[in-house]
Amino acid sequence: MSRHSRARLGRALNVFGPFIGLLLVIAIFALIPEVQGRFLRAANFKSVATQSVIVALGALGMTLIIISGGIDLSAASNIALASVITAYAVNAGAAPLVAVLLGVLTGGLVGLVNGGLVTRLRLVPFIVTMGMMGIARGAGKWIAGNQKIDAPMTWVNELMAKSPRPSWLLLAPGIWIVILFAVALAVLLKYTVFGRHIFAVGSNEATARLCGIRTDRVKVLVYAISGLFCGLSGVMEFSRLTVGDPTVAVGLELDIIAAVVIGGGSLSGGEGSILGTMIGVLIMSFLRNGCTMMGWPNYIQEIIIGVIIVVAVVLDRLRHRKE
Amino acid sequence: MRDVPAAPPVLRMAGVSKSFGATRALDDVSFELGRGEVHALIGENGAGKSTLMKILSGALAPDAGRMEIDGRPYAPSGPGDGLRSGVSMIYQELTLAPHLTVAENIMLGREVHAAGWLDRRARARKVREALELVHHPEIAPDVPVGRLSVGAKQVVEIARALLNKSRILVLDEPTSSLSQEDSQRLFEIIRGLKGQDVGVIYISHFLEEVQRVADRYTVLRDGRSVGSGAMEGTSFDDLIQLMVGRKFTQLFPRVEHTVGGPVLATDRLKGARMAAPVTLSLASGEILGIAGLIGSGRTELLRTVFGLDEIEGGTVVVSGAELAGRRPWTRIRRGLGLLSEDRQGEGLALSLSVADNMTLSDFAPYRRRGLLRPALQNRAVGDWIGKLKIKAKSAVQPVGDLSGGNQQKVALARLLHQRAAVLLLDEPTRGIDVVSKSQIYEWIGGLAREGKAVLFVSSYLPELLGISDRIAVFHRGALVESRPAAAWDAAGLMAAATMGRASPDSAKEQRNMA
Repeated sequence: MSRHSRARLGRALNVFGPFIGLLLVIAIFALIPEVQGRFLRAANFKSVATQSVIVALGALGMTLIIISGGIDLSAASNIALASVITAYAVNAGAAPLVAVLLGVLTGGLVGLVNGGLVTRLRLVPFIVTMGMMGIARGAGKWIAGNQKIDAPMTWVNELMAKSPRPSWLLLAPGIWIVILFAVALAVLLKYTVFGRHIFAVGSNEATARLCGIRTDRVKVLVYAISGLFCGLSGVMEFSRLTVGDPTVAVGLELDIIAAVVIGGGSLSGGEGSILGTMIGVLIMSFLRNGCTMMGWPNYIQEIIIGVIIVVAVVLDRLRHRKE
Repeated sequence: MRDVPAAPPVLRMAGVSKSFGATRALDDVSFELGRGEVHALIGENGAGKSTLMKILSGALAPDAGRMEIDGRPYAPSGPGDGLRSGVSMIYQELTLAPHLTVAENIMLGREVHAAGWLDRRARARKVREALELVHHPEIAPDVPVGRLSVGAKQVVEIARALLNKSRILVLDEPTSSLSQEDSQRLFEIIRGLKGQDVGVIYISHFLEEVQRVADRYTVLRDGRSVGSGAMEGTSFDDLIQLMVGRKFTQLFPRVEHTVGGPVLATDRLKGARMAAPVTLSLASGEILGIAGLIGSGRTELLRTVFGLDEIEGGTVVVSGAELAGRRPWTRIRRGLGLLSEDRQGEGLALSLSVADNMTLSDFAPYRRRGLLRPALQNRAVGDWIGKLKIKAKSAVQPVGDLSGGNQQKVALARLLHQRAAVLLLDEPTRGIDVVSKSQIYEWIGGLAREGKAVLFVSSYLPELLGISDRIAVFHRGALVESRPAAAWDAAGLMAAATMGRASPDSAKEQRNMA
């Protein structure tokens, strides 16, 4: 094979690698007779997609952070906090729309603080967001009085309904929201100056500074945007549970990070894509779904997903070496 | 009388070939290294030097050919194998662990121990021996390597290689980040090695240096060995001609340009990392060379002017207006541009494409209604690649795939692309081949002709003397003297850089004035 066509193959693998992985996961379960019938149904795909919404929204923001060379360990705590705030507002009699905005903005504020600490104090994102993980989780429990917050049903609870109203929507509004933002962020990354600056900061921050990129501003914005997505994810969490629960989504930040990494994101920055991340989210959701149908216990799922993460990164490494 | 059979050469490589895909990197190359010989391996970037050395070290397997060390067949299966057979590579990027001490680094992987417990006394003795072998017993064994100068680090690496009972020492661009003084010391060490019966392969783009230190040379061009012989009686021009394959007329092409009015002026500018305030001025169409030892404050001056280092006092005036903003992005808007001395660590984002690297400081031309148009960007960058003769497959190729010279051209092209009026160039030709160097000199001359102002920091005196209009010398953070280039010679520059004063005659003048 000539060097040129090999490079082209490498590029194709870059785009299609995670996609092939997803098809493989679906194919495997589709071939197992015991689950085949239930797994391959449109209703099941719909429910997998709905279950993916919360992780997907968190992973959209996390993709930006990881491309910029950062990490956010507080994502899941932030989601829980936002769900509590939303429930609190609905419960207090606020208009649903106001409650949703409050939830989203809470997430954004947490992200802004993360970004501010990373840039002003020159601290490593790992440490800052690990601290914030505890702070946001604790704040959520405090506001909720260390219990669940019940809230009256409103249209907010229909965002995650499997059979949406009106029925011409076909999919839960939450899924449409994910698709909308995924497209918007993909365009942002590829076709805006800000998007290219995110890649530059993640690839080599010193170069970015040398080229006159305001690296601190880029980073603060990235964390704030990611926080907004966590807030939105928290709203979806509230919509699904119909209560605000400060103990929800513990450990979900690792699923979110795993989705980005499976989708080709590099923890050393400068690499990653929205499409890859979304495929990473689906790979994990389909695996969970299939394993549950097989009646396999939870720990089997955990082992499989752990293996998938390692395999994805190894494949990624091989892909790069080939180029 | 019977003939004593001559000892076999330390290394013999015969008919070595290697291809990568359709590219033939090495084609039937033969190479011989005698005992106690320093053999220069010369060639442009991409000529095959590093491939040949990777085969020698065992990092790559040849497609054809054979190798012998001390007359015994040598076919390494990996770099570990090469090391055990006595091949030590000392790369440009040093391979020491910065947090470990000198002694720990020297003994790394060969720790003296009894049942896992370190024998500190034996270690201290061996380390002392090793440092004496390289004539540097003054290096303290218990200092973390990270605190040593680059030159001292290199000495430690060589000591480590010698302790390893190396037969062959490969020095790849060893002086590219050394000061003149440290280079001198390195040459002494290399000369000392001749007595130890090892062979040294010396790779460098600095031909003067090669001529001084090497006994023999081999020139590679496009993967072939095009010439080999004794260094004595071989001229600089002969070597260049072999490397380039044609008559190379001028290393320092002189581009006519005229010096205009002042563009950049610093007044008692003092940065956080500068030892003393600096006042200088630079005119349009002027190339101001800055000489000085490494660490004398040249780089810090450029970084302070550009706003990369904190400004503690003084002013920078560009085209008559004082710069208010203190960050690089404000300086870029005022027409400044900086080329970093650290191409891979700072100058370029290696995982990004050539196009993104070249246009990172100015995306504006490729924006339509708020969105970037990659097609426009790639087309424009494609034009630049052609115009500047950058060897790249396409605009979207990652810049890290290019050779050093071509990477440097991309980094410099960024300043052209952003139409910087004042160019701050820090060691723009470090570690790149002679043809790329000459092209870069020509660009710099061309920039001056267009009326741009160029501040040009270099440790390579011939190029400073060759292309500058004026040369200023730094000594311990202070600007000690500035004169027209014609009034300097290499010795005078060295004297000013090392002793902080200019040649005796001008010192006399100053005394008379006092």
